[in-house]
Amino acid sequence: MSNPNQAMVEKYRSNFLKEVEANVEEGHWVKMCMQCGVCSGSCPLGPHWEHPPQEIFMMIRAGKREEVLGSSSMWMCTSCYNCIARCPRGLPITHIMHGLATYAKRLGLQPKTQPTAKFSQLFWSNLTKTGRVNELKLGLSLYFMNGFANGIKTALKMQDVGLGMYKTGRLNPLEILGGHSIKDTGGLQKMLKKAFEIEEAKIAEYKG
Amino acid sequence: MADMKIGAYICQGCGIGDRLDTAQLANVAKREGKAAVAKEHEFLCNAEGVKMIQDDIDNDGVNHVVIAACSRRAKTDAFSFEGVTLSRANLREGVIWVRPDTDEARETTQEMGDDYVRMACAESKYMKMPAASGEQGLLRHLLVVGGGIAGMTAALEAAKTGYTVDLVEKSGKLGGVAGEMYKKYPAKAPYDVLADNTTGEMIAAVEGNSAITVHLNTTVASTDGAPGRFSVTLATESGSSNDITVGAIIQATGFHPYDIAKLPELGGGKSPDVMDQLAFEKMVKANGGAIKKADGSDARNVVFVQCAGQRSDTEGHLPYCSGHCCMTSIKQARYVKDAGGDATVIFDDLRTPGADGEDVYRGGQEAGVAFSKGTVKGVEAAGSGLKVSYNDKILADDTTIDADIVVLATGMVPASGPNPYIAQDIEAAEKDGNADLTAKLKAEQEAPVTSILNLQYRQGTDVPHLKNGFTDSHFICFPYETRRTGIYTAGPVRRPMDAHQAIEDATGAALKAIQSCENAALGRAAHPRSGDLSFPTFRVEGCTQCKRCTVECPFGAINEDEKGYPQYNEARCRRCGTCMGACPVRVISFENYSVETVGQQLKAVDMPDEFSEKPRLLVLACENDAYPALDMAGMTHQEYSAYARIIPVRCLGSVNTIWITDALNSGYDGVMLMGCQKGDNYQCHFVKGSEMAHYRMSKIDDTLTQLNLEKERVQTYEVSITDIQRIPQIINDMEKLIGEIGMSPFKF
Repeated sequence: MSNPNQAMVEKYRSNFLKEVEANVEEGHWVKMCMQCGVCSGSCPLGPHWEHPPQEIFMMIRAGKREEVLGSSSMWMCTSCYNCIARCPRGLPITHIMHGLATYAKRLGLQPKTQPTAKFSQLFWSNLTKTGRVNELKLGLSLYFMNGFANGIKTALKMQDVGLGMYKTGRLNPLEILGGHSIKDTGGLQKMLKKAFEIEEAKIAEYKG
Repeated sequence: MADMKIGAYICQGCGIGDRLDTAQLANVAKREGKAAVAKEHEFLCNAEGVKMIQDDIDNDGVNHVVIAACSRRAKTDAFSFEGVTLSRANLREGVIWVRPDTDEARETTQEMGDDYVRMACAESKYMKMPAASGEQGLLRHLLVVGGGIAGMTAALEAAKTGYTVDLVEKSGKLGGVAGEMYKKYPAKAPYDVLADNTTGEMIAAVEGNSAITVHLNTTVASTDGAPGRFSVTLATESGSSNDITVGAIIQATGFHPYDIAKLPELGGGKSPDVMDQLAFEKMVKANGGAIKKADGSDARNVVFVQCAGQRSDTEGHLPYCSGHCCMTSIKQARYVKDAGGDATVIFDDLRTPGADGEDVYRGGQEAGVAFSKGTVKGVEAAGSGLKVSYNDKILADDTTIDADIVVLATGMVPASGPNPYIAQDIEAAEKDGNADLTAKLKAEQEAPVTSILNLQYRQGTDVPHLKNGFTDSHFICFPYETRRTGIYTAGPVRRPMDAHQAIEDATGAALKAIQSCENAALGRAAHPRSGDLSFPTFRVEGCTQCKRCTVECPFGAINEDEKGYPQYNEARCRRCGTCMGACPVRVISFENYSVETVGQQLKAVDMPDEFSEKPRLLVLACENDAYPALDMAGMTHQEYSAYARIIPVRCLGSVNTIWITDALNSGYDGVMLMGCQKGDNYQCHFVKGSEMAHYRMSKIDDTLTQLNLEKERVQTYEVSITDIQRIPQIINDMEKLIGEIGMSPFKF
């Protein structure tokens, strides 16, 4: 503990709120919650949440790091923005939920069977490869997300839709070969890598 | 007034002329009302109509004016004549607007109008012109008791208007609790920052003001007299005394913090690092902003426990919210943040009232103060520090938090004198069989409380309390007025409040005290009947010295003279007439309001015989709430029974039971008394009037039994000014009830 920086890190480790403020998008808003519960009452999926937003904010302040980051709650958000519209304190609750989900995923603490988390990863990998979303591949990977047999079943079920889209020029089967991309894919990769490194450095303070 | 000459003026405007036979009304006024002059006019309140009346007063010797037009509450500017008595028959709101315009209803509507003209003439006959008593002169001088922020504000505000002030402070310095503060939350935007404590500037302003004489280390040894002529003896600590005469008194004695030793479960009295907000404030101030434990080491973590020993039903706790403590804790938590520590506020309901409150709260959150909704279970020593265990109410979790200092946000205990009515309250509680309340009141009676004003009143040494020791006032309409006229309370002695509110309060009280001096000089009532010149007098020969008036006067106005007769101190009187209602031998009266003015009105009503199927209902309606509500019922055209005859009374407390007996004897089928809400949340403008009336009427059953009458015939109601639909309904219900139990057998 002779290193003052080390002491700071130690202090932060004990304070999950400060970690959230530093690393989670819009995390600095968490302290402004006044626990009125309007967000929880407004959420159309509220009953399905393990912890409603208001409770999540309280848990962050209470330092319940693993419970919050391991929760499935913020993965339930459908971005309807009802809570943001109604929050008397003006907290960007939807954004904070996504920020928390992203942060949990980054630390690998998200619930392992959470389908939204899985799909988000598929979407991200798909997008960052070429800089453009390959819809054919994204669709197929979604079908096969839960195993091969399931994938075949879903694909067969969806074949009429696929054919219809093909006929109207909304789906190009050749995209399966790689598809189109942005001009400078390498540049994009570099940019993302750099951003990742910056974030990683910030997170390292708390990873311990 | 030598010769009485009644002039009756009947208006035909606003549809009265179309609905009623005004010629007949004029006839009634002349023949039955004995009016010397009876005139109809198509538009009485216009300049021409008013001139007609004024001409008769000036040239024809009319000195008792009867106006049969709209309600006595309407057109008061037009119908205001100097040097004559004025009675009003309410033909518009009271008759045509509450009756249907149909051929069948025409007869009963006309009967209503006729009766109201008879009643107004009868009242007029027994009215006299009130004149000021000339008891006292103008004294533009106030006494302010208490040198805290409220007292100083009152003194400064009064001084600004040209009044002189004696400011009495018990301790050795001015400033009170506000003077002890390190910083305060701001009085104006932006609210999310902390402001410097400016009490020092206020003390300098008071000390530098030539109109204000400050008496430190001084108490009030004796207070006697009435508004405009209070004689006060001030006693200094050194033993010398000083007699002064003042026009009015402002009591701004503030509060004491609740004793934390009564909260051992929260560590109160057990550790020097568990303190109340005031002690924390003093510590921070003494250390110039540094947060230090009792042993002198720096405190890193401070936990604030809200609602400590207050908003609680627990025996010995304060049941109420003190209003300022959440804001104060937020402010103090920011001292901790500014000093680099961590502050947690554990609250159940965080209450930050006022437009600024939300910003103060937000400012605390932005500064990083942690807020946790929970109930604190206990505070105990842990190592060199403290451990607070609490139930987190959001997470439904029993948890603990370590602290170096725990601040208990305890409540305000008003610094008022002993309750003069405690013995009566105990008696009432015993009668109700309320053992808890009786025990509580008895404990209060036994606890030694030093008198603050030492009033030389028959009714006790200090201003009466409402509950929990806060001084009584009509909370909505007359917040600063106590139940001792000319004595005003301001600040937390009146209700819990913060310094900003106390400043506002003190300003209001100062203005009210000034109003009281000015009114007293003119011999007028201060409020609610402001401007009223009449005052009660009594017929000495009839008085039996029963003392009921001195006891029942809600304002302690009536003392006793050497011979044992009541002594009215008219400047202390609020003119409610509760004494008149109390008097068993009916010797108390006002010039323009007496047992006769009302008694003769109810007797003047034409009483149809038993077989006419036209009952008569007497409604005695409080002029403050019930009568305006009846007027509004008229304005909104709510119909009610044509058999009701309504007489406004100053307060239900002024209703003498002889009126009820007279009414029943002269054949009324039902009597309805309408007053304001009574009890702890009373709405009665005269505090106890409605309660007294209800109490007296509860005793009237015997009289009814003696007369062989059903007791349902006399009913007392608590109504409010908003009961515009309910009041017509209860009148109609009474008519229905009479239909069921039958007409009174006392019709002649």
